[in-house]
Amino acid sequence: MLRDITLGQYYQADSVIHRLDPRVKLVATMIFIVSLFIADNFMGYLWGGLCLFCVIRLSKVPFRFMVKGMKAMTVLLVVAVVFNLFLTPGEPVLSFWRLTVTGEGIRLALMMAVRLVFLIIGSSVMTLTTTPNHLTDGLEKLMGPLRVLHVPVHEVAMMMAIALRFIPILLEETDKIMKAQIARGADFESGNLLRKVRAMVPLLVPLFISAFRRANDLAMAMEARCYRGGEYRTRMKPLVYHRRDRIAYGITLIYLTACICFGRIFS
Amino acid sequence: MKIIEAKNLIFEYIRRDAEGSVEGITRAVDEVDLDVEQGDFIAILGHNGSGKSTLAKHLNAILYPTEGTVWVDGKDTSQEKHLWDIRQTAGMVFQNPDNQIIGQVVEEDVGFGPENMGVPTGEIWKRVEESLRAVDMYEYRKKSPNRLSGGQKQRVSIAGVIAMHPKCIILDEPTAMLDPDGRREVLRAVRALNEAEGITVVLITHYMEEIIHADKAIVMDKGHIAMQGTPREIFSQVERLKELRLDVPQVTLLAYELKKNGLNLPDGILTCEELTEALCI
Repeated sequence: MLRDITLGQYYQADSVIHRLDPRVKLVATMIFIVSLFIADNFMGYLWGGLCLFCVIRLSKVPFRFMVKGMKAMTVLLVVAVVFNLFLTPGEPVLSFWRLTVTGEGIRLALMMAVRLVFLIIGSSVMTLTTTPNHLTDGLEKLMGPLRVLHVPVHEVAMMMAIALRFIPILLEETDKIMKAQIARGADFESGNLLRKVRAMVPLLVPLFISAFRRANDLAMAMEARCYRGGEYRTRMKPLVYHRRDRIAYGITLIYLTACICFGRIFS
Repeated sequence: MKIIEAKNLIFEYIRRDAEGSVEGITRAVDEVDLDVEQGDFIAILGHNGSGKSTLAKHLNAILYPTEGTVWVDGKDTSQEKHLWDIRQTAGMVFQNPDNQIIGQVVEEDVGFGPENMGVPTGEIWKRVEESLRAVDMYEYRKKSPNRLSGGQKQRVSIAGVIAMHPKCIILDEPTAMLDPDGRREVLRAVRALNEAEGITVVLITHYMEEIIHADKAIVMDKGHIAMQGTPREIFSQVERLKELRLDVPQVTLLAYELKKNGLNLPDGILTCEELTEALCI
């Protein structure tokens, strides 16, 4: 059962967006987020929303998957809206008890809400259409120039990739240890939160020990297969830009220019 | 030509107590001489703690000798400039299949070694395909390693080593964590490599029946080489094997007991067929 969990939140489908180079998707998402903060009028958001809608349709990922990502952010969303609504100085529109809602407040709160929702949906589109593996590769390539500043880009990417590979293995192991402990009378279910947390200790200790042992074995296996950092490495699946990637970059650029223009025209 | 040669090899583990002062020294490998010819199939046997795994780790420069010298393909393993050449010449497969697979897809894992060696992309794909075909795992190339059986995972590990085009493969108890089916799969793959591709194999194991097909078997005990010779020579000394706490295959044991009780049988019978034949004459 544990083997079947999906890592990250990748949604398997065959679409143009799925096939795009991860670097394009990372850059485009970044630009989209920036554009949300450049735009300060509703035409700008309408434009952003329209483009986002088109991308979602192209990606063939059902819309409810995007909304799923939003649940975790509800609290942040509510807090942002409430603060903007009540704490913005300006023309009072509505007031009760000690709170005043101003016209500017309503405008700002609405804008904040739209911004956050678009931001979440925009980045979900990226994580839903890119495998964690591809994402790591893309990040490594994009961050490549940072090596000049002695940032261990390759090493970090390699660690991420290995972590991803070992998540299912360690989950399975947790399951095994848990069953072994339950068989000997351990109780993970009852009691309050504190007791439940305390019951986790006999689970975590053997898990950590085995994780260290695995890490040791893996390091030896990697060295035995001539691993010596990123310096001399070639890639089996190098990231290569195709025509569709260049077109996507072009579209992103047009989108950004349009955003800036809307800001100029309508403000 | 000699692919691996060890002279007077000694390796000592230093045990330390909590403060870091030396508590004692354990000699894991003690004055071992070893010669492996190119194309040989060598089996190294021994019960737990006999030093066989420690010896194996010397053969591709994971451990360096405390005393004595190991040469792989004529290169001294203790010299750092030869390190990567040696690891490429003598590939190593470990015991736990889960802890040696790096890639998230079978083909990516097999490509890991060539990637590290700086092989160009097109050549990597060619090697990956060849090696996966050699262990009969080509149809699984797009699968996640987590969905394979133990025997299949171990075959992927072997493919990962072959993709580096080694002259020699060292397998450190590759079947210890597998079920009988998986064990058979892996051994079949290893024998095929040895026979078809001429790759030298050093198989480390504690299952006696796995050494039957070897050209030469070495039995280790307490860091020393206790016995060496062809499997037949080894198995003809049943008493000595029992002394070394090693299991003798049932057929060999039966033949030995029959002989002791007066039947006229040759020494060192290894398979059921041989025994049937010997009994029917």
